[in-house]
Amino acid sequence: MRKLLLLSVVLISGLVFMGRLFYLQIYDTSFQVLSENNAVKVEYDYPQRGYIFDRNGTLLVSNQPSYDVMVIPKDVKPLDTLEFCNLLKITPEVLKEKLKKARTYSPRLPSVVIPQLTKTEYASLSEKMYKYEGFYIQKRSLRDYQVNHSANVLGYISEVNERIIKKNPYYQMGEIIGTGGVEKQYEEVLRGVKGVKYIQKDRFNREIGTYKNNRFDTLPVRGNDIMLTINAQLQEYGETLMRNKRGGIVALEPATGEILALVAGPNYDPALLVGRERSKNFTKLYYDTIAKPLFDRVLQGEYPPGSPFKALTALIGLQEGVIDLEERISCYGGYNYGGAKKLGCHSHRSPLSMIGGIANSCNSYFATVYRRTIDKYPTPQEGIDNWKSHLSSFGLGQYMGYDLPTGRPGKIPSSKTYNAIYQYPTYRWYTPATISNAIGQGEVLMTPMQMVNFTAAIANRGWYFKPHIIKNIVGADTIPKQYTQKITTTIDPEHFGPVIDGMFDVYNYGTASHLKVKGIEICGKTGTAENYTKIDGVRTQLTDHSVFIAFAPRNNPRIAIAVFIENGYWGSRWAGRIATLMIEKYLHGEITRKDLETFILNGSLQEEYSKPYSGQPFRINQ
Amino acid sequence: MSITSRNVKFDWLTIFLFASLVGIGWINIYSASLSDTGSNFVDFSQIYFKQLLWIGLSVVLIIFILALDSKFYERFSSVIYLVSLVSLILVFPLGKEISGATSWYSFGGVSIQPSEFAKAATALALAKFISDIQTNIRTFRDQLKAFVIIALPAIIIVPQPDPGSALVYSAFVFAMYREGMHFVYLLLGFFVAALFIGTLWIGVTWMSLIVVLIAGVLYLRKKKKKGPGLFRYGAIAFACIAFSFSVNYIFNNVFEQRHRDRFNIVLGKETDTQGIGYNTNQSEIAIGSGGWTGKGWTQGTQTKGDFVPEQHTDYIFSTVGEEWGFLGALLVVGLFVALIVRILVLAERQRSQFSRVYGYSVASILFVHFFVNIGMVTGLLPTIGIPLPFFSYGGSSLWGFTILLFIFVRLDGANYYYT
Repeated sequence: MRKLLLLSVVLISGLVFMGRLFYLQIYDTSFQVLSENNAVKVEYDYPQRGYIFDRNGTLLVSNQPSYDVMVIPKDVKPLDTLEFCNLLKITPEVLKEKLKKARTYSPRLPSVVIPQLTKTEYASLSEKMYKYEGFYIQKRSLRDYQVNHSANVLGYISEVNERIIKKNPYYQMGEIIGTGGVEKQYEEVLRGVKGVKYIQKDRFNREIGTYKNNRFDTLPVRGNDIMLTINAQLQEYGETLMRNKRGGIVALEPATGEILALVAGPNYDPALLVGRERSKNFTKLYYDTIAKPLFDRVLQGEYPPGSPFKALTALIGLQEGVIDLEERISCYGGYNYGGAKKLGCHSHRSPLSMIGGIANSCNSYFATVYRRTIDKYPTPQEGIDNWKSHLSSFGLGQYMGYDLPTGRPGKIPSSKTYNAIYQYPTYRWYTPATISNAIGQGEVLMTPMQMVNFTAAIANRGWYFKPHIIKNIVGADTIPKQYTQKITTTIDPEHFGPVIDGMFDVYNYGTASHLKVKGIEICGKTGTAENYTKIDGVRTQLTDHSVFIAFAPRNNPRIAIAVFIENGYWGSRWAGRIATLMIEKYLHGEITRKDLETFILNGSLQEEYSKPYSGQPFRINQ
Repeated sequence: MSITSRNVKFDWLTIFLFASLVGIGWINIYSASLSDTGSNFVDFSQIYFKQLLWIGLSVVLIIFILALDSKFYERFSSVIYLVSLVSLILVFPLGKEISGATSWYSFGGVSIQPSEFAKAATALALAKFISDIQTNIRTFRDQLKAFVIIALPAIIIVPQPDPGSALVYSAFVFAMYREGMHFVYLLLGFFVAALFIGTLWIGVTWMSLIVVLIAGVLYLRKKKKKGPGLFRYGAIAFACIAFSFSVNYIFNNVFEQRHRDRFNIVLGKETDTQGIGYNTNQSEIAIGSGGWTGKGWTQGTQTKGDFVPEQHTDYIFSTVGEEWGFLGALLVVGLFVALIVRILVLAERQRSQFSRVYGYSVASILFVHFFVNIGMVTGLLPTIGIPLPFFSYGGSSLWGFTILLFIFVRLDGANYYYT
């Protein structure tokens, strides 16, 4: 026994140490992290963010240096607070508060005292900084906007939040990320890849050399510049036309699907979201819940398209063979479908055939065509679904897949929609219940982007490219493949001729005949879309939306455009005028119809927009 | 007798284990003391190079030790012991103060720490005393004499101050127990330790209650049989409680704050990772970050950043843990256990009692160093600054342990010789 005591104590100690080592080294993994935190410092080298150009090479967005005043609280020595505050243009109380906050965060790590000084502020401050120990100026790179338009297209950059960091481990606290528009869509292209440098630290937090001979270090990769399909001049012009109006203008190049202009109204200067005033400005824009400047009405606004939809009704009717081009349909001031009320129409010549029907925008004509299209099938369910499949081939009722990060799918009703509404099969429903769809009202909703897309498909006579805003990625010299693939609609090319003729007659002698531009043959379609809102819970009709779609020239179209002006009443009053001005600007470079331009530039719909909020009874469609 | 004699047979396994530990130790000292500035390997200002010199010289020392007649150590043990005591005393007037402790003689640029050599001397003296034909360790008188032999150097070392080295002398109880000392002494030691730690941990009130409870239960269970009466149980319980109170008093009034802190950290009553607990915390981080296979030689980030203080001396094991991982650390622990067990096995087969007692003393001293050092570095024990044998940087320490071990190797060699 006496021989065994020390022996067993030694062996037991060996086992205890084994257990302890296992616990420290294998079981508890927190030590690895602790070790890295205190012994290895990671330094990032941020590459310059790529520039953004328009289709003609005009610089839209570049970078500017910005200067933050930083503090390391433990290094701060007693200072002339008053003088320092004067330099920083803050009160001593604010400085005190900032220092307290910084100290709470960390006495050893740098915190921001004043973010984003301007160049002049920096110049005056930098030569006096030596007096204030513990404070220093850190350079950062910010966006520098060369233009004061296109905010909805360009988007903005902001600091990453915790949700993003969790989702994408590339980002660290305090780094920036594109948060809207192309900044978000092409974040990885513009951003490049940051370089990483690992530095071995000693116990005093001093740098003592490289970590593992730079084995894990990487060099930064510069962000690529991108060229947008936007025409900066057209875009800017569009934004001036949209002043004091809500809605949107969107123009495509039909042959390529390139977005020439994407104007949302109201808009704002993109420079508002850079610099010291950023958060103040952002808050102001964000909380404007009436005008909603951050809401891109072109991509996110889902509106009843109104009469432009009749072009589609005509195309589907022709494709389904339910109407003959020569057949004339009478209009008795409306279409009587057996209800208590008829689908009203305005006064025009009657009876009309296809081309005249489009030119005069006859509701009765298209209600007839639509009803025949649906009733061609044994049940209205089948008829509706077939109708929907034609519309889907135009990119309607679905997300379109363009390269901007916001959007809405719009809505094209299907048999399911009506089965749900009418509680089929308990109750049955028939085509007349859906008759408003014929003229782009009812359950049909579209974004202006979708309107321009079907316009481009009509201009191309049956095909289109997905709309996109990327013209070229400099360096890569390619664009994503989905934007170079032609999409064909379900309508045969020969049916487009008469519809295009009709749209030309709209401009020639029809509802938009007073919008003629010398030397340009425009094919268009006006729309006046009824709409409703809720005021104190009561469904109230507002002034109709003014809608216009067009493409020009008639042969070899170079531009397709959709203009949507909320509560603008007649399609030709606001939307038509703006659309033809845009077309003239794009094709001719200058405007001959100065009076018309002045009317639009000075025209305001603010009074109309304030009506529902006035609390007073108001009249519409004046 | 010379070592070339074919009748002399040294235990090569022990020598191999020794060489492995010294070799691995140096590799880790190299890593722990490596600085980016020194580019030349041969550099007398570099710690790793100095240690290499010490190792080289220890080979000379080993040859010298093995060359001497084994009887020399037994005959001259008393003289060696006395010389050692004198050297310990003379360090007070003549010694040099290094980091607050007067434990070193300084010869030129070389410092010698006599307390490292005193362990071997004490072991020799104790072995000589116990193996004396007139000594019976079972008697209280001889136990007292043995205790004096052990305690004298310890008492001299404590005020240097070097309580850690003094603590090592408690190792000799293992040797004495082996030679017939009553188990009660160990038990007593164990109870004293348990009461001490218990009092600090849960406080004097709770400790007293527990003592009373245990005494009561033991008394009630034993009542049927004949045995010690209520009075004796009461007396022992009273003694325990009195001890507990005195511990409380000593801890709070005699100990210095730094001692109290060290205990409180290990007992988990304080978590101070920046001040007094910094060493232990950083050491745990270094070891813990090693994972299975470690970060690789000279790649330890904690080691490179000098986060662990005294890493090339007392905390050298944290370098092993960080750079060689669980497997490397386990190998080192295994080598130590193997060496100590090997010494015990050899000690048991000695025919001379002197060799056996000496062997046990060697094993005990190595064990206490191993246990206290690794216990401290892995955060199981309070910070008690004693080196890890053969591993830690320091010429005195290396030589002290080399002498201690190789005298036994020499004695064991003679064991064969006589067969």
